[in-house]
Amino acid sequence: MTLSAPSFRRAAAVALTEDEVARIRNDFPILEQRINGHPLNYLDSGATSQNPISVMEAEQEYYEQRNAAVHRGAHTLAFAATEVFESARETVAAFIGAQPDELVWTSNATEGVNLVAYAISNASLGLGGPDAARFRIGAGDEIVVTEMEHHANLIPWQQLALRTGATLRFIPVLDDGTLDLAAAATIVGPRTRLLAFTHASNVVGTINPVAELVELAHRFGALVLLDACQTVPHLPVDVAALDVDFAVFSGHKMLGPTGIGALFGKAELLAGLPPFLTGGSMITTVDMEHAEFLAPPQRFEAGTQRISQAIALAAAVDYLTETGMDRIALREAELGQRLVAGLAEIPGVRVLGPAAGIDRIGLAAFDVAGVHAHDVGQFLDEAGIAVRVGHHCAQPLHRRLGITASTRASTYLYTTTDEVDQFLAAMHEVAPFFGVKP
Amino acid sequence: MSSSELQQLYQQIILDHAKYRHGASSEPFGVFDADGAPGLRLAESHQVNTTCGDEITVRVGVRAGSGAAADAAVTDAAGPAPVIEQFVWRGDGCSISMASASVLADTMTGLTVSEAEALVTTFRELLRSRGTIEPDEEVLGDAAAFAGVSKYPARVKCAMLPWVAFEAALMQVAAASAAPAAPLA
Ligand SMILES: Cc1ncc(COP(=O)(O)O)c(C=O)c1O
Repeated sequence: MTLSAPSFRRAAAVALTEDEVARIRNDFPILEQRINGHPLNYLDSGATSQNPISVMEAEQEYYEQRNAAVHRGAHTLAFAATEVFESARETVAAFIGAQPDELVWTSNATEGVNLVAYAISNASLGLGGPDAARFRIGAGDEIVVTEMEHHANLIPWQQLALRTGATLRFIPVLDDGTLDLAAAATIVGPRTRLLAFTHASNVVGTINPVAELVELAHRFGALVLLDACQTVPHLPVDVAALDVDFAVFSGHKMLGPTGIGALFGKAELLAGLPPFLTGGSMITTVDMEHAEFLAPPQRFEAGTQRISQAIALAAAVDYLTETGMDRIALREAELGQRLVAGLAEIPGVRVLGPAAGIDRIGLAAFDVAGVHAHDVGQFLDEAGIAVRVGHHCAQPLHRRLGITASTRASTYLYTTTDEVDQFLAAMHEVAPFFGVKP
Repeated sequence: MSSSELQQLYQQIILDHAKYRHGASSEPFGVFDADGAPGLRLAESHQVNTTCGDEITVRVGVRAGSGAAADAAVTDAAGPAPVIEQFVWRGDGCSISMASASVLADTMTGLTVSEAEALVTTFRELLRSRGTIEPDEEVLGDAAAFAGVSKYPARVKCAMLPWVAFEAALMQVAAASAAPAAPLA
């Protein structure tokens, strides 16, 4: 088996062991549940992950001890709340190799992409200072995405193109679930103003060559937005080393609560970007006609923030850091390979994306000949196995692969090898149950 | 695995209908012409289950009762009872939704519109019953096999999808019949 060397394969790191995973599981009360008489086998962390006790406690502790409005008021609680809120920002920024003022809180990754798209729209309308001029786009300009994007990193750009008259283009996906890089080299060019792509596919599991794509976009002065939803939770990610201009991710996919995510933007870019949402907490002086805006990140955080969620997300990051992102990545790479190798042996099952032996994140989506994904999911649920079925918010990618829906099993640091094997064993029973002869 | 429970959901009748798909058109439908054949009122409805992407298009042809003029209004109140003469569908989805469409095609063809509407109501009540209603096979025929679905609330939408499309198509027929001169939207 030949493997390229992604950044997480550091020499010293070893994958989490089965014993360590067993201990980790004790921190996740939800995993003790039984579903339909079976122990819960949660293979849907790619959609949303479970929370360890420390994350839930951080949120509770905040409400018990420090709850107050941040960046306002002059009382002790308000100071305490502001301090933990900003310290959470430092923790999460450091986790992805960013400076604290380069990290903007959002509700989720989707909001992060929309923030950038609407800020660019606003710049294109002439809003913002002189530094906003570089973000203006219009007819003749091109925004480039890929055919494997989650709808969150596609539709905001479609809408931006509609609002500004820019053209949306895409880098096609090859049959093996990787990007057509030869095509990318002809699609990205002098007209390209922004290249938005996912670091790893939430469906096919492909890890995209960020350095190559960033180099290509930057050669033409285009901005790069990286959808890091499926990598920040699972691999060590350093946005500065990757040299991306923007990156988005969601807290709920990385052991954190729902309702919190973040946008990373290079400091000099955020400085010139006009705001998206406006209102309280993002201004300096206001009169009845005008307002002056705060510097980033506050400029992009209008209204009362998701304070408890930010603090809980920082606790999630602490949990991941203590466990070791490189060790988590190695563990999940093993589980991903085990999934693909096991699925490939099952008659009638077609694994989408990279074949066994090729790098992928710890998930696998597949098609079962003659059995619809929804039925596969129902069959597995009866055995306590939770998987995702449907188009996984990536309809164009499914269409490209010639299907409308697939089933996806995705792992995380609490997934045991036994769970993967139990899932594979159940998968062997699917076609016979539905009376399909492969 | 409590496979007996799962077998309640996926009864053999359902799996067979999902495989053989009665009334399903394997070809794309021709251009839709609301006026259809002489005397036949055509209507079509496309429905999508947004949670899983299941899709179905149902096309019905309703004929006013025998002896009615080609352009006669299709209505229950006046004249002979209109009859569902054509039922074709095209879809892509799980076994529950596809089987449901197949059963629907078998069940509805030849019924009067009011008989069909009553059956839709009975079927909907069964599916929403969470397992509390014993289906009457005399009335429902193969559709009774969907009783097991009522215990899986997440799948009720799948089973209802073709029926909702059918209902929407019938409503179009009724609307067009009420105002026979107006073209179908
Ligand atoms: C690759 C990718 N991008 C974007 C998203 C959107 O995340 P959220 O719904 O949390 O905004 C997801 C999650 O479903 C994802 O997997």
